[in-house]
Amino acid sequence: MPSAPTSVADLAGGLREVGYLPGEATTLVAYLAIKLGKPVLVEGPAGVGKTELAKALAAHLDRELVRLQCYEGLDEAKSLYEWNYRKQLLRIQTEQAGTGWEAVQEDIFGEEFLLARPLMTAITSEQPVVLLIDEIDKTDQEFEAMLLEVLSDFQISIPELGRLQARTHPVVLLTSNNSRELTEALKRRCLYLWLDYPTLEHELEIVHLHAPDLDEAVARRLVEVIGMVRELDLKKPPSIAESIDWARALLLLGVREIDADTFNETMSVIVKHRTDMDVVAERVGLKLRSPADVA
Amino acid sequence: MSPETTDGLPARILELGEELRREGIAIGTSEILDAFDVLGEISWTSKDDFREALAATLAKSQEDRRVFELVFDRFFFRTVEVAARQEGVSEDEFVALDELSEDELEALRAQIAAALRDGSEGAMRDLARLAIAALARRQEGSGVIGVDVQRIRRALGLRAEPQPDLPAGDPRRDGVPREALRRFEALLRRELERSQIERTGNLPPSRPLGELDRALPSGPLADLAAVHRVVAQLRRRLATQGMQARGHRRHAHVDVRRTMRASLQTGGVPVELKFRPRRPRRPEIYVLCDVSTSVTSASVFFLSVLHALHDTFRKMRSFVFIERISEVTDIFERERNFKAVSERISTDAGVADISGYTDYGRVWSEFLEQVEDDLHPRATVIVLGDARTNGRDPRAEVFAHIAARAGRTFWLNPEPRLYWNYGDSVIAAYEQYCTAFECWTTAQLEDFVRALTRPAATAGR
Repeated sequence: MPSAPTSVADLAGGLREVGYLPGEATTLVAYLAIKLGKPVLVEGPAGVGKTELAKALAAHLDRELVRLQCYEGLDEAKSLYEWNYRKQLLRIQTEQAGTGWEAVQEDIFGEEFLLARPLMTAITSEQPVVLLIDEIDKTDQEFEAMLLEVLSDFQISIPELGRLQARTHPVVLLTSNNSRELTEALKRRCLYLWLDYPTLEHELEIVHLHAPDLDEAVARRLVEVIGMVRELDLKKPPSIAESIDWARALLLLGVREIDADTFNETMSVIVKHRTDMDVVAERVGLKLRSPADVA
Repeated sequence: MSPETTDGLPARILELGEELRREGIAIGTSEILDAFDVLGEISWTSKDDFREALAATLAKSQEDRRVFELVFDRFFFRTVEVAARQEGVSEDEFVALDELSEDELEALRAQIAAALRDGSEGAMRDLARLAIAALARRQEGSGVIGVDVQRIRRALGLRAEPQPDLPAGDPRRDGVPREALRRFEALLRRELERSQIERTGNLPPSRPLGELDRALPSGPLADLAAVHRVVAQLRRRLATQGMQARGHRRHAHVDVRRTMRASLQTGGVPVELKFRPRRPRRPEIYVLCDVSTSVTSASVFFLSVLHALHDTFRKMRSFVFIERISEVTDIFERERNFKAVSERISTDAGVADISGYTDYGRVWSEFLEQVEDDLHPRATVIVLGDARTNGRDPRAEVFAHIAARAGRTFWLNPEPRLYWNYGDSVIAAYEQYCTAFECWTTAQLEDFVRALTRPAATAGR
């Protein structure tokens, strides 16, 4: 269904179809982003489905997903465009004799010699795309400044060529783990969406969707336990992906009930730090024991 | 939409923007325009959609979002009340439920507890009004809404903790969900406010959100997590600010040597200019932190600030002191975990002698002994302490010597300026040689960070 959604409910249904259960705010902001053509800045703890949202949007809108993974030191050459230097050299060499500089210059700084990197791919694509700029907080401020032109006007200025205007309007998502404050200028151009850990019911639904064979009671217990674990002060609280993994693991093991023993055995699926494991075993393991003893 | 219109939604949105600005959220014209844009796309009848859409355009960080929620609720509540007063609409005064028998009251309690457990908003609102009607009349209202809310909550026997002495079927037995309790209290507060507005016929003046003047956590039981949050924010800011400061001083010094060398490729014509790379001068920082009992509450915080600074500045040496001084630089470098750091410092720093009282005079001379040769005009010295000497000689001349050797000297005092120089505080003796900051709220800390990250005007290059 390549057409734009007509209502928020429509979009929610569409995202569900492709296996993503959005929260209410998520659907609304995504809908507004598509309608208004504004980028969305998605923030939240690791593993709450920020990247998944982009993938789901792309799948639902039937668009290609162009992904730019950010890291420290990412620069224009890696993100926007680069001149295909070797090809240019070859061209010069083959035409060495006879052609004047003027002719060659016009030749070698043409689009043919441009290597498109993700941002440019997204801008110049014939079909509208979903552009995902992942972990924007990992880059330097200089890079952010460069993004401003792309995000507000959907165009790229290349000194030798002039401006490249977007032919279609991409849906842009920027994700951030909040490891550094983003600049006001960037925030100003975006809609803001804070993705948090889902509520109990919502997460239960997600687990159901991804592990449909898991027993209802076990799934509920699982989500409750995950909630408990997240309350603790851990280095890395379990993400949604980890609850799904755990649900699948329990399914494989054929577990009928989560008691202290099962928990201790399978804990490593959701907790991934030595010190965290001690904390969790002590605090949650004990809690699991007490109702079992009473029963 | 003309800007003169004083009624209708556009005006309300603008007012909301104003109010948010007053609470310190940066809202530009572009945000306001976006807000109008999104309102064109959604239905206004759903309160949640309306709020989410506005939040997505106006509140651009989690912190902003929290403020937004508070302001949004208050703002639209007030707007509705104002409109109601202008139209002369008033809800019926609460039916006086003066004589509610103990049985009926008990039934009401159970009903409210059940509603809280199920978390249904509508039922909770109705029951909140009922509870006010039943209870606020019985006892004289105190006039202070916050007090009345707590009084009603207690009278209803609602607690987040389990109450095992209640009968088995009672929904309050396992404790009421904390989140639901908080919402119920908010509803009570709102209904009380509404009835107050109707009684007095006007709105109480709107006050800025008090809790947002975040004071530093103090007291020995200070929540370490809260300290960490503040420090994490500080670290982000430090990381960003250093960057900006560097960007301001754009320079282009041609590196003649490298340019000449590169020109060999083009037959001696300097086609490509080589510039000297911009190497940001990382300041060298010396930090002295008082860890004596008179600053116990502050030193937890100071230590974590130290910790954050260590992550940001490479060239930094830290010392802790009480009567003597002890260098803890390598503890910070080895340990990345804050808890471990503070444990290590308390066990093996060995800074207290017998009395456990701070001896600034001795600290200065020991510090000077250790670092005199390393101090130079590009170094920054930061002292964290309350300058209470316990009657000992402040030896300000030694401190003056340190300040003279170092480029910049800062003093962070965890006491409000009002208390300075009272009792055994001798900060005046030191203040003439350094820049002293009072530092007991995060805002003050940020001021200091700004001063610190600003490159020193005198710094040689």
